Amino acid sequence: MAEPIIAIDGITKSFGAFKVLDKLSLQVMPGEKLALIGPSGSGKTTILRILMTLERIDSGHIRIEGEELYHMPKNGSLVAADERHLTRMRQKIGMVFQLFNLFPHMCVLDNVTLAPRLTKGTPREAAEKRAMDLLDMVGMSAKAKAMPAQLSGGQKQRVAIARALALSPKIMLFDEVTSALDPELVEEVLNVMRKLASETDMTMLLVTHEMGFAHDFADRVLFFDRGRIVEEGKPDEIFRNPKQERTQTFLRKIIAAGHRV
Amino acid sequence: MEWDWEFVWQIMPTMIQGVKITILATILGSALAVVVGLAIALLRRSPSRLVSGTTGLIAEFIRGTPLLVQLYFIFYVLPDIGILLPPLVAGVIGLGLHYGTYTAEVYRAGIDNVPRGQWEAAKACNLSANQTWTRIILPQAIPPMIPALANYFIAMFKETPLLSAITVLELMNQAKSVANTYYRYIEPITLVGAFFLVISLISVIALRWLEHRYGRIER
Repeated sequence: MAEPIIAIDGITKSFGAFKVLDKLSLQVMPGEKLALIGPSGSGKTTILRILMTLERIDSGHIRIEGEELYHMPKNGSLVAADERHLTRMRQKIGMVFQLFNLFPHMCVLDNVTLAPRLTKGTPREAAEKRAMDLLDMVGMSAKAKAMPAQLSGGQKQRVAIARALALSPKIMLFDEVTSALDPELVEEVLNVMRKLASETDMTMLLVTHEMGFAHDFADRVLFFDRGRIVEEGKPDEIFRNPKQERTQTFLRKIIAAGHRV
Repeated sequence: MEWDWEFVWQIMPTMIQGVKITILATILGSALAVVVGLAIALLRRSPSRLVSGTTGLIAEFIRGTPLLVQLYFIFYVLPDIGILLPPLVAGVIGLGLHYGTYTAEVYRAGIDNVPRGQWEAAKACNLSANQTWTRIILPQAIPPMIPALANYFIAMFKETPLLSAITVLELMNQAKSVANTYYRYIEPITLVGAFFLVISLISVIALRWLEHRYGRIER
């Protein structure tokens, strides 16, 4: 059996007195598509933020491709990772945010080429060629010279996906990427992600409230509540036949709120 | 007392010499304040409590004492420990340090106004701390604060007469020496006021333009 690409081992994270993650463990295989669902405050977004090193863990271990994320070996023992180690580990991971977070002072093309040029030393010409390919894939090549402020939310998010892909990460994290969009713009972003899922073998972790999309997209669905994984399984098992009462309650509420399953 | 136009034209070259020094001191003082302010703002954000705390204390001290006292200190007290500065240099350092503590607040507000998501996106793009500051944060933080900075530079300009206290031959000092030579105050001092008014008005118009140009950033 292959090695997991992400191995989370008993991590705990608190914000003040509030325990967001409680001794959580999770293994993700290379190429796997995971959907993380659950009520807000259940810890699913925090997992993505921890993997992107935007939050630190209080305890536990995370290994990416067998290598410690927050620790590094030094003189035979494990010590806290320094910035150099984190920078090297971050190369494997890309993230797309709920609020896009495009750089507003740069055009679309510069948003996509900035990271490869600065972090990998890719020459401008090569970076732009690759950026145009990526923008083409997300259907945004016609807007390469536009500023972010001139784009709709759906367009911004598609650019943000291209930007995250520009560093060729092995793991992509999608944090409620359609939650801030007007309903009519959701589908264009989901289409890009479907394409991405079918055309690449990237490992993807998706936090979402789009249950229909989670069902089609994911190989495995994890239901989070109060910092723990309450239930996990294939999309059909979780959505058609949830075993845990909390999962059933959550899904009933979501359906009542008008989301498709 | 009568206004004497002939006297005005006679002293004009001297007064213009003074204006030049006044403008020079303002420009150099502003340039120094821009750098000092950024340095203070960045040091105050240092993860080391010692660094940020000490910087804060020094800035608070400079802001809390009069510019005139600082100028005296730099020009008349520092020579006691062997630091002898020409008057204009001492004046520019005084202006730059004093106003640097104010521009530091402008930088702080400008930097705080950059949304947290920008820092996070920079991290997700794996940019280094340096690249994040120079490519992402400062380019967004600085344009909206240009009008506020310019405001302080106009205020600094109007405080340059204080430099006459440390023998800088700026406009006010030239006017005083003219007055002391000819025993006429009305023309030189009126001219000082007129020069300041005209330059301030021009600066305010420029400031309005800057506000229009840089005041907001589109997201």
